[in-house]
Amino acid sequence: MKKLITCLALAVATAFGGAAFAGTPKDTLVMAKNIDDIITLDPAQVFEFSGGEIIANIYDRITMYEPEDLTKLVGGIAKSWSFSDDGKTITLKVRPGLKFHSGNPVTAEDVAWSLQRVVKLDQAPSFILTQFGWTKDNVDGLVKALDPETVQVTIKADFSPGLVLNAFSAGVGSVVDMKTAMAHEKDGDLGHDWLNTHSAGSGAYMLKTWNANEAVILDANNDYRHGAPSMKRVIIRHVPEPAPQRLLLEKGDVDMARDLTADQIAGLEGAKGIAIDEFPAALLQYVATNYKNPILSNPKVNEALRWLIDYQGMANTFLKGTWKVHQAFWPEGMWAALNTTPYHLDVAKGKALLAEAGYPDGFEVTLDAFNTSPYQEMAQSIQQTFGQAGIKVDILPAEKKAVYTKHRARKHELILSGWSPDYADPHSNADAFASNPDNSDEAKLTGVLAWRNAWDMPDITKMTAAARTELDLDKRKQMYLDIQREVQQRGPFNIMFQKVNQIARRDNVHGFVAGPLFDQTYYRNVTK
Amino acid sequence: MTLGTQDRTPSAGAGRGLLPFAFASKTAQLVASVVMTFLGLTAVTFVIGRVIPIDPVIAVVGDRASQATYERVRLELGLDRPLYEQFWIYLGKVLEGDFGTSVLTSRPVLHDIVHFFPATLELATVATILGVLLGIPMGVWAAVNQGRATDHVIRVVGLVGYSVPVFWLGMVGLLVFYAKLDMLPGPGRLDLYYEGLVEPVTGLILVDSVLAGEWEVFDNALSHLVLPATILGYFSLAYIARMTRSFMLEQLSQEYITTARVKGLSERRVIWRHAFGNTMVPLITVVALSYAYLLEGSVLTETVFAWPGLGRYITQSLFNADMNAVIGGTIVVGSCFIGLNLLSDLLYKFVDPRAK
Repeated sequence: MKKLITCLALAVATAFGGAAFAGTPKDTLVMAKNIDDIITLDPAQVFEFSGGEIIANIYDRITMYEPEDLTKLVGGIAKSWSFSDDGKTITLKVRPGLKFHSGNPVTAEDVAWSLQRVVKLDQAPSFILTQFGWTKDNVDGLVKALDPETVQVTIKADFSPGLVLNAFSAGVGSVVDMKTAMAHEKDGDLGHDWLNTHSAGSGAYMLKTWNANEAVILDANNDYRHGAPSMKRVIIRHVPEPAPQRLLLEKGDVDMARDLTADQIAGLEGAKGIAIDEFPAALLQYVATNYKNPILSNPKVNEALRWLIDYQGMANTFLKGTWKVHQAFWPEGMWAALNTTPYHLDVAKGKALLAEAGYPDGFEVTLDAFNTSPYQEMAQSIQQTFGQAGIKVDILPAEKKAVYTKHRARKHELILSGWSPDYADPHSNADAFASNPDNSDEAKLTGVLAWRNAWDMPDITKMTAAARTELDLDKRKQMYLDIQREVQQRGPFNIMFQKVNQIARRDNVHGFVAGPLFDQTYYRNVTK
Repeated sequence: MTLGTQDRTPSAGAGRGLLPFAFASKTAQLVASVVMTFLGLTAVTFVIGRVIPIDPVIAVVGDRASQATYERVRLELGLDRPLYEQFWIYLGKVLEGDFGTSVLTSRPVLHDIVHFFPATLELATVATILGVLLGIPMGVWAAVNQGRATDHVIRVVGLVGYSVPVFWLGMVGLLVFYAKLDMLPGPGRLDLYYEGLVEPVTGLILVDSVLAGEWEVFDNALSHLVLPATILGYFSLAYIARMTRSFMLEQLSQEYITTARVKGLSERRVIWRHAFGNTMVPLITVVALSYAYLLEGSVLTETVFAWPGLGRYITQSLFNADMNAVIGGTIVVGSCFIGLNLLSDLLYKFVDPRAK
């Protein structure tokens, strides 16, 4: 038997010794990433982090934040635009000479059709456009091509035109090749089924394949308007676990590892041939309190909770640079963000407030949280510090989607969850955190965070409505700062952290850019 | 998932030559039991999918869709209908060969299964072969040397294989053989360079590469398979060796063994021919069960090795309430169990003289 085992071990060792290649091809960017959140690559439906990133590289949008300057909104497919006097009609001029991957020219008709398509298909992100008063029935009249180079867009609701342009930089502003998509139409689906797994854009890359649980492979579009990308192929390999991602990176079998944990990043510091980049992201993490619960809606209790969270302690220990403290609903680094962090752990103050509220010995409460790291650690930290003031927290770990389900049904007490804006205008988050036009159960404003936590605040809802229509930029900024302050003090949200994406790469790879929004990650300037 | 223990003892009438009527009734019984098993399996999975606290609509529309979009999708998925009606509609479609579309992959479930199952099949088959080739001799050897050092060593090896988490073993394996020693490739089924070189025919890369005559691809795929298959094989070895040992001990204590020894038969003949021969029937069951278990897909191994197999597919689908995918996957796993059960029943006839 011993002989048999030795023989087998030897056979394995000799047969496969050095079988693995080191390094990746020079003109190919290879990333290890968990991409199991992708459910579609149709820009009318994509609303997931990985999918959003991929379509940002495949489809140019009407307006864009380009990788060269992620703070500036510029024309993408649109060359220029003008507003009518009442601000309700926007006339867009299409950049001349653009071509889709298929070779078809990009026309005003494609632009109008792409927007109409989002509204008609009515998928998850469609509200970004339907909030302008567009419906299946009226959108053809409100969004139309006047001639091959001109698109006219009319909004029915009160919105600042700047906000509309910002919304066109979201995934739903992707311009799809109408002829190609319609050639694959099935049962009036506007090519949706086909576009789930194929692409028809005009961006720097085109989709070669997406194999769920395996990889996404993109090929360069050599006719791209900013010039051919230097990486001729981008391979995003699905590696679900961070630990193998790190091994692959260290061995040089991938150029980038996208989902490393704080510990692993720390372990890689100073490692030969590896560099770490930090990109602040717009994803926020908060603990929300359900105001349907009479204890939790007590303003004193609510304030007490804000003083019973160890923000800095968490950021300094297990979060180590992957999340930073941020306490307002619009992320730092974005226009009109409120960056003050008035709250810190102060158990004595928390206890005093609880006593004032009539709960000197605390109370019992449940906390729903994602069952993964670092959310469980966050929940445990909260459990521990709340406990110091006598509040007994029962943590209920669950799958992400189970947590969402409960939150949308308003059946939680405390919930630990995250939020990322859909486009780069503060209204995107204000609409969720600071607006609740109808707090009744029947209203079912399930997409609205204020509703989910049963926060009835007509005054703030009014402020939010006013801010979204304000044309004067300075005034508008001040309005958002005020709204953020109100929400920070009164709202059912204890906003704790903002995400910092730490990406480990081989040090010969340069030019990778990840903007604060999930769909602002660009591959086209990468060199190695 | 386990299908429940089925009666594996060869029926009393099996050896007497069956009348045509008895044969037909036996076949009918078999068909009925297979149909009932599938029906039960589908029903249970379907109900589980509806009672887990995850809203399947959320999996499609995401966390922040408006209620209008939510309602539209809910209607589209037919979730407004009563449960039994949903089940009835689903069954009807399945009978037509339509397993529906997976929410997570946007592809027909059947397409997904054809895509993911071969990866699991390849891994599980190689692992089971390793487990049988090493596990059975180890078990026999331990039984023969009961109480001695070798027995203890084998038992410890078995215990470790059974109790150490596969996940951890996989990570350590990667760390040692991939990262440190550079002997084996990293996670995945193939190196980047070989990806897409071979057209999938069976989906089993080892087979496809041989069919295409791409020996380099075969080599690479095999080297990728070594580590996960060894780790899973170790797990199955541990189980098979323990069971073999206890079956053998039982046989070796029987009187016919003493008789055989008294008759002067060689020890080798006593052990392998007499004792081992009589452990074959239960052993086949053990091997079949362990193989079927691996065919479910080993979620943790697949996760560590970024192996695009069925286990991860089903698990992930379940977490997203993607019930078409879960039920489709479950039916495949169920078929494996039933198929292997039938197969082991057939094999009994060859190894058990009473059944001949």
